[in-house]
Amino acid sequence: MTQATYTGVLDLAAGAFLLAAVLVVWRRELRAIVRLLAWQGLALAIIPLTVGIYQGDTALVTVGVVVLLLRAVALPLLLARAAGTEDHERRESTPLVNTTTSLLITAALTVLAYAVTRPIIALDPSPATRAVPAAFAVILIAVFIMVSRRRALSQAVGFMMLDNGIAATAFLITSGVPLIVELGASLDVLFAVLVLGLLTGHMRREFGGTDLDQLRELRD
Amino acid sequence: MNSFLLTPVLAPLAAAVFAALLGWRRLSAFVTVLAALSVLVSAAGLGFNVGSRELFSVGHLLRADALTVTMLIVIGTVGTLATWASVGYINAELVHGHTDHNGANLYGVLVPIFLSAMSLAVLANNIGVMWVAIEATTVATAFLVGHRRTRAALEATWKYVIICSVGIALAFLGTVLLYFASLHAGASSANALDIDVLLAHASTLDPAVTHLAAGLLLLGYGAKAGLVPFHTWLADAHSQSPAPVSALMSGVLLSVAFSALLRVKSVVDLALGTGFLRAGLLIVGLLTLLIAASMLVVQTDFKRMLAYSSMENMGLVAVAAASGTRLAVAALLLHVLAHGIAKTLVFLASGQLQAAHDSTVIGEVTGVLARSRLVGGAFAVGLAVLLGLPPFAMFASELSISRALANAHLEWALGAALLFVAIAFAALVRNGSKMLLGPADPGAPAITAPRSVAGALVIGIILSVVLGLAAGPLTELFHTAATKIGAGP
Repeated sequence: MTQATYTGVLDLAAGAFLLAAVLVVWRRELRAIVRLLAWQGLALAIIPLTVGIYQGDTALVTVGVVVLLLRAVALPLLLARAAGTEDHERRESTPLVNTTTSLLITAALTVLAYAVTRPIIALDPSPATRAVPAAFAVILIAVFIMVSRRRALSQAVGFMMLDNGIAATAFLITSGVPLIVELGASLDVLFAVLVLGLLTGHMRREFGGTDLDQLRELRD
Repeated sequence: MNSFLLTPVLAPLAAAVFAALLGWRRLSAFVTVLAALSVLVSAAGLGFNVGSRELFSVGHLLRADALTVTMLIVIGTVGTLATWASVGYINAELVHGHTDHNGANLYGVLVPIFLSAMSLAVLANNIGVMWVAIEATTVATAFLVGHRRTRAALEATWKYVIICSVGIALAFLGTVLLYFASLHAGASSANALDIDVLLAHASTLDPAVTHLAAGLLLLGYGAKAGLVPFHTWLADAHSQSPAPVSALMSGVLLSVAFSALLRVKSVVDLALGTGFLRAGLLIVGLLTLLIAASMLVVQTDFKRMLAYSSMENMGLVAVAAASGTRLAVAALLLHVLAHGIAKTLVFLASGQLQAAHDSTVIGEVTGVLARSRLVGGAFAVGLAVLLGLPPFAMFASELSISRALANAHLEWALGAALLFVAIAFAALVRNGSKMLLGPADPGAPAITAPRSVAGALVIGIILSVVLGLAAGPLTELFHTAATKIGAGP
């Protein structure tokens, strides 16, 4: 792989990664959001695969395959199962922030991501590190999704996007964290999403829906 | 020596496997108690050997110093009391139909996994592994918080998992950035996250990236330690959990998360000077104290009251850590141990009060001392420790923290902290006396305690008194621990 192809593929993957997050902000259909999450997982997996092949690092390629299976296949499937089949459960409820404003906020968060990551790029101005603002933008957008959406599943998707963003940051700036940490962190995320999926099911049985506005029994 | 580092992680894990195979039985519950006790024994074994050195095991994966020993003592002590009390508590829950056999089996497996994860968090040399262990505690405790399967429990579980996972994810981002800085400071990729390597390279870490990392780590581990701004899960989760789990979460988990912050602080302080995290800890600590004190004033639920008291204490611990002197850090470690034991007493006692009244409203539970000498006495002793009354240990620790803050020229912070602590004190006294004192209402239900809960309460009272009268050899351990994390004179 030449330097130019390497940079091109990395930038494309980072771009697709960010685009998936923006589309999640735009869409309201829960199943479509989960599908977008799977595409984002694919874009994320391309980053370690590309870096691994370029640097001839087989361990990193293996990690890339694991990331692909986990974040593009397993976790989206888990969430899709939790999505429910009833009609009123298929769509996000009336959002707290309308779509136009949400997209504008997303743009502002992306600019903010560029500002925040300046010290990182200054320390190591390599092609991979230069793509890190996209990963940070996804982290910020994920937090925004978590505070502005009202369905349990949307919050779970937001959490997974946050995690994808952090994983992308790790792959871009340090070619991933040490293997033992990577494995442990992946296992934790898998269990956390499993727990969230199970809770969504419990919630539907107890409350007859997954609108988080119903969670208001506990307060001071 | 090696076995002392491995036992705290492996013994509870083995107990979890045993409980998974056997289900909730008297035998499996007592094996868990033994596993928790083995954590305490290992802590003692390490304490006699470690001195001011560090011990390593499994390559450089596990590391123990005086701070590790201190935290293992907290985990072992509260863990033993809480798992012992669990035997009677869960059996009573089964009798009253608050849980079923599946629920009890799950409880029996998850509690030892929770203990093992906390032990790993304080023993890990790699701060990435430390993060994995702390996130694992969230996953392990999720279904413990939701143990009763009520709507309120479900709500508390959801908030707990979401808020803590997001908070702790920020800490992971901070860890990644620290790894990045460490690699560029010349560490090799295999051990760039090891505490000893980070300490050795601290002075050459890139300051701008380390600032970003330190901010994220403070927010992230602060979320698990119940500090502002991700504190909103705490009162819900601690009030909905079964009493022994509340004791573990409030008495141990909060301080384990805080000890992670102390580890990180030792590296960041070397890289950036003490100013950055001092400012950060003062802000979150004082805000946490402010919120906890105001919530205590308006509280009408006694389990939530105890939860906010935990927040108050973590806020005070954060302010103490901000001053960063050896006196302050040693005092905060004593504070953490005394708080752990006291919270075990009050949460276990409140579990029995809740079982008797089927309510946690302060106004509905009165005359407790007259109705049950043991449960009322345990609640009173626990409360007295939390109030910082002499001769209990928190009197000494709060006095030392005040002195340390004055010495560090943080009089304004001391003044603010004392004001909030005084407000919290008044609120706790008012609510506590409403519950404890007064004549017994003849129509009130009987307050009973199963034998294992009663045993844990008696031991807890004895430990509180002994720790107050003679912290003795522990004082030296706390001072060594303070030196190990770079506290100044």
